[in-house]
Amino acid sequence: MKRSTLFRALLTGVAAAALSSVAWADQTLLNVSYDPTRELYQAFNAEFAAHWKKTTGETVTIKQSHGGSGKQARSVIDGLEADVVTLALAYDIDEIAELSNKLPKDWQKKFAANSAPYTSTIVFLVRKGNPKGIKDWGDLIKPGVEIITPNPKTSGGARWNYLAAWAYALKKNGNDEAKARDFVAKLLKQVPVLDSGARGSTNTFVQRNIGDVLLAWENEALLSINELGPDKFEIVVPSLSILAEPPVAVVEGVAKKRGTEKLAKAYLEYLYSPTGQKLAAKNYYRPRNPEHADAADLARFPKLDLITIDSVFGGWQKAQKTHFSDGGVFDQIYAPGGK
Amino acid sequence: MASARQTIVDPAARFETRAATREAPWVKWTLIVIALSFFALFLLMPLAAVFAEALRKGWAAYFAALVEPDALAAIRLTLVAAGIAVPLNLVFGVAAAWAIAKFEFRGKHFLITLIDLPFSVSPVVAGLVFVLMFGAHGWFGAWLNAHDIKIIFAVPGIVLATVFVTFPFVARELIPLMQAQGREEEEAAIVLGANGWRTFWHVTLPNIRWGLLYGIILCNARAMGEFGAVSVVSGHIRGETNTMPLQVEILYNEYQFAAAFAVASLLALLALATLGIKTWVERRAGRASRTIQDDASS
Repeated sequence: MKRSTLFRALLTGVAAAALSSVAWADQTLLNVSYDPTRELYQAFNAEFAAHWKKTTGETVTIKQSHGGSGKQARSVIDGLEADVVTLALAYDIDEIAELSNKLPKDWQKKFAANSAPYTSTIVFLVRKGNPKGIKDWGDLIKPGVEIITPNPKTSGGARWNYLAAWAYALKKNGNDEAKARDFVAKLLKQVPVLDSGARGSTNTFVQRNIGDVLLAWENEALLSINELGPDKFEIVVPSLSILAEPPVAVVEGVAKKRGTEKLAKAYLEYLYSPTGQKLAAKNYYRPRNPEHADAADLARFPKLDLITIDSVFGGWQKAQKTHFSDGGVFDQIYAPGGK
Repeated sequence: MASARQTIVDPAARFETRAATREAPWVKWTLIVIALSFFALFLLMPLAAVFAEALRKGWAAYFAALVEPDALAAIRLTLVAAGIAVPLNLVFGVAAAWAIAKFEFRGKHFLITLIDLPFSVSPVVAGLVFVLMFGAHGWFGAWLNAHDIKIIFAVPGIVLATVFVTFPFVARELIPLMQAQGREEEEAAIVLGANGWRTFWHVTLPNIRWGLLYGIILCNARAMGEFGAVSVVSGHIRGETNTMPLQVEILYNEYQFAAAFAVASLLALLALATLGIKTWVERRAGRASRTIQDDASS
């Protein structure tokens, strides 16, 4: 009988472990963001919380969620209660507005500069010494060059990569769409693995040592050089790239319900403040108002020819429909494992 | 009394002593070397690598990574999820095994198949099922939203997903055991005047306790280690809906390799502890069955 008492005690012990409490702060804000902004918002959230405490006396805790931009938008549509979204591209926030009615359709007019407080672009990360001699987009399709880029179906960064390549080919070939399509198809044939998000691709390239060149967000490329050693990688700036505008928005449906409208708006506005702009530059994003940033941080951004999605592709809605929807151009030209 | 696992009295020894069945020494040693090197290559080395990486920046950094608020929150959530899933599946497992082993009813085989469902379904699908049911556009989404109840992207969703994937462990362990035992002892107890509860506590439970404990250990290990299903319903909110396996992924993606492996090493330690307890339980169970056999034969 003694043994079965011991056994019963064991069972109740397991049950007791279930009881545990979670501490709640005064007010919380959930920022659902995309992959490479982790370090930026870690720094920015601390600054904003201090600023909010000083100006209003209220304590605020900001929670973060990160993942591929398209996947994160999907989670918000499925009910993840984000007060604000800070995603990789406008189309993903359009999708939330379209499918959940938690956002007005004209969300992009709510904040300055297309609701993108910082911008970035697409550059190449190559191994030290640039052994394959990659200098511009044209060098990527040379035989034997392995390219790492994420999957445009799930990753925002990958869609910017794809469109930048397309824009380069258009310019090179006098706006010949067929030749641009041919160029991007050739480029995709040299991609051995399509990860689902930008950070996954970076890890494939820098950790798993696969590929000769990584098509990356400029901020992601600068960060990985800084984190993992300037002795291993270097950045190649192509002759032309795309102006990437990662936008932000208050998810009004959620904020109204949770009573965080004012806080959420102030949070996003603070991204445009001198402090916010300075932090963006420090975390390798190009600030909208460079006068607020440190000169040393700005010196890291090379000058290059940047096209916009509106001028070359007629905006995100059109680009998404033509290239990335089911049966779109990407589906037509990309055959997994095909040579 | 004993399941097949425990009745084997090391036939290898008997095999070895007979010339007819003895293998040539080189065959024996080649096999042993292959097995051991495979074991070292695929199990010991990765395990050692986890601890080496975790301690790369020293013990101070190791402990700092474990007491960091987000890591603590992940550990707490993992314990909560396992702490709810394991007792629930314990009750269900005993009830299901009891029903299947002691009663005859229509649809019994269907029930047995159903219990195995979580084993055959991909964890990602298991997660998506809950999104389809409880998501904003799911079957119950509108109602849940109107009543301000959060299931997915919150703790309840994580618990549900964990319960789902760990569903079969206890039942699967008990069914063959209880079937082998039959119902004679319970019948004897009832005839002698014991009521249902008393029969359960004094006859059934002592008979199945080692199998039950074994099932609980496996159930707990899976509950704490589950990644796929939990990842789908988590929403990945730092410090709130990340379990330990999800936290490992996040830290790894943030270039915090030492911290990622520190949390991973906790999971590895858990696996080792599970292994230790499992061995102990098996030995106890073996001894218990032998005692019973001795009693019976004397």
